Amino acid sequence: MKETTMLRKIIAIALIGLSSTATNLRAENVEILNVSYDIARELYAKINPVFIAKWQAETGQILSVRQSHAGSSKQARAILQGLQADLVTFNQVLDVQVLADKGGFVSNSWQADLPNNASPYYSLPAFLVRGGNPKGIKDWDDLARDDVSLVFPNPKTSGNGRYTYLSAYAFALNKNGGDHKAAEEFLRKILKNVAVFDTGGRGATTTFVERGIGDVLITFEAEVENIRAKEADGAYDRVVPSISILAEFPVAVVEKIAKSRGTEQVSKAYLDFLYSKEGQEIIVSFNNRVNHPEVVKANADNFPQVKLFTVEDVFGSWPDANKTHFATDGVFDRLQRR
Amino acid sequence: MLLRHYILIGTAFAFMAVMVILPIVSIYHRAFSEGWDVYWANISHPDTLAAIWLTIATALIVLPVNIVFGVAAAWAIARYRFFGRRLLLVLIEMPLAISPIVAGLCFLLIYGAYGPVGSALDPFGIQLMFNLTGIILVSFFVTCPFIVREVLPVLMVTGENEEKAALTLGANGWQILWFVTLPNILWALVYGAILATARALGEFGAVSVVSGSIRGETMTLPLQVEMLYNDYNATGAFAAATVLTLLALVTLILRALIALLHPQSRTHSGAQR
Repeated sequence: MKETTMLRKIIAIALIGLSSTATNLRAENVEILNVSYDIARELYAKINPVFIAKWQAETGQILSVRQSHAGSSKQARAILQGLQADLVTFNQVLDVQVLADKGGFVSNSWQADLPNNASPYYSLPAFLVRGGNPKGIKDWDDLARDDVSLVFPNPKTSGNGRYTYLSAYAFALNKNGGDHKAAEEFLRKILKNVAVFDTGGRGATTTFVERGIGDVLITFEAEVENIRAKEADGAYDRVVPSISILAEFPVAVVEKIAKSRGTEQVSKAYLDFLYSKEGQEIIVSFNNRVNHPEVVKANADNFPQVKLFTVEDVFGSWPDANKTHFATDGVFDRLQRR
Repeated sequence: MLLRHYILIGTAFAFMAVMVILPIVSIYHRAFSEGWDVYWANISHPDTLAAIWLTIATALIVLPVNIVFGVAAAWAIARYRFFGRRLLLVLIEMPLAISPIVAGLCFLLIYGAYGPVGSALDPFGIQLMFNLTGIILVSFFVTCPFIVREVLPVLMVTGENEEKAALTLGANGWQILWFVTLPNILWALVYGAILATARALGEFGAVSVVSGSIRGETMTLPLQVEMLYNDYNATGAFAAATVLTLLALVTLILRALIALLHPQSRTHSGAQR
């Protein structure tokens, strides 16, 4: 019989635990959940304490910011299934748009609600080459040379890889006066030079840095710099191409949830903070590009000039680009079959 | 022993060394590669501590439910002939055949805020997914076959003679369960419980779908390991992995200890196996 009372106790404790997570609200304290993409953990770990202090100074409220990190498509789906996000900070525009389209979680005008298409910072595909740049890589042309081998994630499975593919395509279009045949031929050469197609950015980095495969790793500029910062001085160099595609990091308040939780105001303030000088200085320290004029000026030396296109400029829209290039039997598949 | 016996045994050991020992040793090697201080800093990070606690709490909550359900189900199937008995057997084994990630998605579709059950509970402010409840539900799903599978064959083999004898001697239901049935199945029950716990501790796919990945809150150790690895913090990932392997070792040691303390239960089930 002893065991049954033990069991009862354990179950009782479990139930108490469950009910306390369900009603985890205290009046004087405010709590928001920032649902974010997978590799932004360190960035928001730096931003949150600064904003929390600022919010307390302004309102007297004790704020806590909870963070959720995973692939942004997975995160969007989790919110659609009930993850109580007050705001999202993603790395794919489509994943925020889904929240607007399905059930009005996010306002339809979300991209116009905040500056720069609701993207407080941006990045672009750039190159990481071995120390001293032994192959003399300067621009996308060099990646099509016969003696160069490349590492970047598979565009079929990775948003990062899609940016690389589309940037190379935009470069070739620009160079050949909009000739799609020539652009495809250029891409065929680039794809032929790929040594390893990993499924994601993390895998591609491991292939290039730890396994020592390839002459060039193509990934976001911020990643290029973060990798260089972690490795020995001079082990790798950064090369920024003349043309690239703008990679946006869109943010939005999840109004449907924030309204019901009474956190709309603080969520908006949080996003505004990302655009403030203080916020932008933290963001730029993670090697993302920002738009705040003073911060841009102070960091001008770190970010070479690039001619940036948006996916909309060149390919119409993300769904169009996906359909034409990355769908089964699309251009990418065709070029892969050598 | 003949030479070929030695070759056979040597092959078995070599295989285990390559497939099991080497990866485990490499976890510890990598975790301590930057020294004890870095290891400790990684382990004592609040997020990692929260993940350790959440993982243990999940296992501790799931285990008693599993024991009660597992013994009851195994006993019902072994002792009674009823309509749907075979179906019940198949259903109990189903979680082994279903990919955990699919299981997680099914739970999300049914118990998520817009699923049939989730939306019915929503007006009462009860949320089942993206918190401890969701993690416990899917952990129970993936671990529920283990105890039944271990206990059922033993119940089948021991038969019901001892239980019937106890009944004729005037024992009541609880006495039969406590003094006759449980001692017979003890070793199988413990073994099943250990397997189920090990599985609950290490489950990734199903938990990953319903967790919501809120750091310091709904990240179990396997999720924490993956997140740290994706953050380019390989040392931190391996440090968290050492805790996970340590927990697994503790369950194995518990099993050995119980075998030592209850030698008769070991010989008993040993005779049946």
